[in-house]
Amino acid sequence: MGLTLSFILVCALSLAAYAGAGKLPALFGIWFPYAASVLFLGGILFRLIDWARSAVPFRITTTAGQAKSLPWIKSERLESPSGLPSLLGRMALEVLFFRSLFRNTRAEIHPGPKLAYGSSKWLWIFAMMFHWSFLIIFIRHLRFFSEPVPFLVSLTHSLDGLFEIGLPELYITNVLIMLALSYLLVRRIIVPQVRYISLLSDYFPLFMLIGIALSGIIMRYFVKTDVVAAKKLIMSLLLFSPSIPEGLGSAFYIHLFLVCVFFAIFPFSKLSHMAGVFLSPTRNLANTNRLRRHINPWNHPVKVHTYEEWEDEFRDRLKAAGYQLERE
Amino acid sequence: MALKLSHDELMKFDLRPSGRGWMDTRPGFRKGTYCFSGAPKHVEYLEQPNPREWQPYDDDWKLPENWEEIIIKGFEERLSRFRSFKLFMDICVRCGACADKCHYFIGSGDPKNMPVLRAELMRSVYRKRFTAAGKLLGRLVGARELDESVLREWFYYFYQCTECRRCSIYCPYGIDTAEITMMGRELLNLVGLNINWIIEPASNCFRTGNHLGIQPHTFKDNIEFAVDEIEEITGLRLNPTINRKGAEVLFIIPSADIFADPHIFTFYGYLMLFHEIGLDYTFSSYASEGGNFGLFFSHEMVKRLNAKIYAEAKRLGVKYIIGGECGHMWRVMHQYMDTMNGPAETKGDPVSSITGTRFDHARSTKMVHICEFTSDLIHHNKLRLDPSRNDGYRVTFHDSCNPARAMGMLEEPRIVIKSSCNNFFEMPENTIREHTFCCGSGAGLGTDENLEMRMRGGLPRANAVRHVHDKHGVNMLACICAIDKATLPALMDYWIGGVEVCGVHELLGNALMMNGEKERTTNLRGDELALKEESNA
Repeated sequence: MGLTLSFILVCALSLAAYAGAGKLPALFGIWFPYAASVLFLGGILFRLIDWARSAVPFRITTTAGQAKSLPWIKSERLESPSGLPSLLGRMALEVLFFRSLFRNTRAEIHPGPKLAYGSSKWLWIFAMMFHWSFLIIFIRHLRFFSEPVPFLVSLTHSLDGLFEIGLPELYITNVLIMLALSYLLVRRIIVPQVRYISLLSDYFPLFMLIGIALSGIIMRYFVKTDVVAAKKLIMSLLLFSPSIPEGLGSAFYIHLFLVCVFFAIFPFSKLSHMAGVFLSPTRNLANTNRLRRHINPWNHPVKVHTYEEWEDEFRDRLKAAGYQLERE
Repeated sequence: MALKLSHDELMKFDLRPSGRGWMDTRPGFRKGTYCFSGAPKHVEYLEQPNPREWQPYDDDWKLPENWEEIIIKGFEERLSRFRSFKLFMDICVRCGACADKCHYFIGSGDPKNMPVLRAELMRSVYRKRFTAAGKLLGRLVGARELDESVLREWFYYFYQCTECRRCSIYCPYGIDTAEITMMGRELLNLVGLNINWIIEPASNCFRTGNHLGIQPHTFKDNIEFAVDEIEEITGLRLNPTINRKGAEVLFIIPSADIFADPHIFTFYGYLMLFHEIGLDYTFSSYASEGGNFGLFFSHEMVKRLNAKIYAEAKRLGVKYIIGGECGHMWRVMHQYMDTMNGPAETKGDPVSSITGTRFDHARSTKMVHICEFTSDLIHHNKLRLDPSRNDGYRVTFHDSCNPARAMGMLEEPRIVIKSSCNNFFEMPENTIREHTFCCGSGAGLGTDENLEMRMRGGLPRANAVRHVHDKHGVNMLACICAIDKATLPALMDYWIGGVEVCGVHELLGNALMMNGEKERTTNLRGDELALKEESNA
């Protein structure tokens, strides 16, 4: 149900933009972008504060390699960080290269029973492909948000079009992101375990991203869009003197509207994993548990059984067994 | 007790879930797949809520009138106390990487044993009660009301997770199912839903100092018994002390080590080692348990049971603490003790008086794992070892979950094993070290009534052992966990046959050449060392 409904929802959103933008350009061109920005920035801030307000009572690092212990035992610091540098290293690997996902295996049961765990890197490959493409496309788009365009942005832009296939030249990331999104969607549908756990909240962002990417591609290669006008609109929004320029077609409004919805729901959906990954206590704490005491802000006193109480309770037996006592 | 079901009967399942959605199914509480309830006298002794007679198969669980309110309030409280919990409720993307990493899923095919779904059992309620999307869109976004059938489902599946953290190392966000399960069990306990295999040891431990309820005079007798046995094997009379003030080291063990088979042979190994190097150490009959079944139902209970360790170290005035072979005990000692009951007030730092090595990594906790201690002795050539005494054994090593994934202690036990025996074979790489599979009986689930689930959960571990058993003739599974030692023998017998289980320090004790000992004719188990000749021939 989540699958079909997500598809219908994204189609409906696109249709709404297609039908509505002509009549209500200010709503789609100005008010939705502003609302989405407020929801996105406010929402992320709220999320981060909300998470940060919860305490981290214990240092519950998961170790995935030899800890630093005795000096002559080789430690794997990126798998079991022993201090800040190695911790930053572990986090960087996790955030930039999805280290943990790279470990993925696939369990199979053969007759016998005989179990096998094959390497299974497809999810990692396509996850990397998707996230890095998304990042590069995001950076590329900053050229619509800046004047003059920073060097790194234009560099990313030219590198992405390096192959110079077709005119306008084909972006590598456009191909990669569509490939990756298709894989992620198909995998969700055909892998029984993943299908079983999938919700509307999983299909919807995928269809949204596919919709955004497709509308972007259509705008660039098929229904030519006036990029100068697009930039004019965006810059006017940024300078808080919004005005709708002439010449922006439906494809642009569909693209913009889907982007708005995507960013608006970002903080309130699973997409917030982007911010959350930085706060995960099993990954962002060093395995220095016995080296440095971790403080629990709510370390409430508890009822314990003291030695004195224990001695009182077992006094006769302790005496008979010849134990030395605190109080004879 | 052995499981009556045949392998074929047990393997009638598919890892590919199908049929009705998970929100529309509920567990059946089939005999052999759950544990019995906590006995009221133990619940009462620990002053836990709602002590009463009940069983999971009963229709009426005799919940308090306002159970729902209690759970939701407890939920909210824990969301603010544990960032891990809050974050893990929010950020899962259901990528499914964890799905086939759980030993219970691999051994049962029950989709709710996929770590992601185990967490969704709770997330669904979280969404309904604490998020706007869940309140608005309900089932579409995986939100559902909390009702008694959901609570029963929690009970079934949170007592079908051994908190081994294997799934967590594959999760791109480090979502730790152990945290989820711990929270789930805490909440269940608030309305009096717990199991006896956890609550009774915890109550024993609070009263007597150890899980088995061994009282101080018996504690002493058992150590005497070990001393007699060692004398028979080596001709040497050892003199371990208990509750001795002014000793350099307080030695903490899981209490099974002085009581159970095959743990006791590891215990001989400890005693022989400490005697041989002349370590100035003492046991404590008050702190007679390092293990902590509190970990299996609430953070509060972890702290209550753990408090005696530092208290006793201070009372006896020791310099530092050494801890024996135990898995979850070391999770507590490594990740909780210092925070909960520290700072340690000992009279010194953890420094080996034999090698001079400062155990700097344990500077604050003042507690050293015996494998760290022994591997340091071996590194400095302080031990004379004759590994051929273990030639009757072809050994493999099972990394216990907590030392592997909570401490990162992977090499130390291997150093001890490799110095103590000649025939050591590793299991396949996806089943050892950080990838290690649980015994299937940890976190308080090692009961007889839960045997079917234990054999299912232990399948991946057993299967890897069978691989080296078939390939290299492995007949001894070494480990450093008391629960492993208690439960792996049944697992080996069911799935393989002909594989025994031992502690690492049992192998060391066999190999240790002691000053003034008589020529050994048997190993610590009393088996003839004759196999030595055979293997030399």
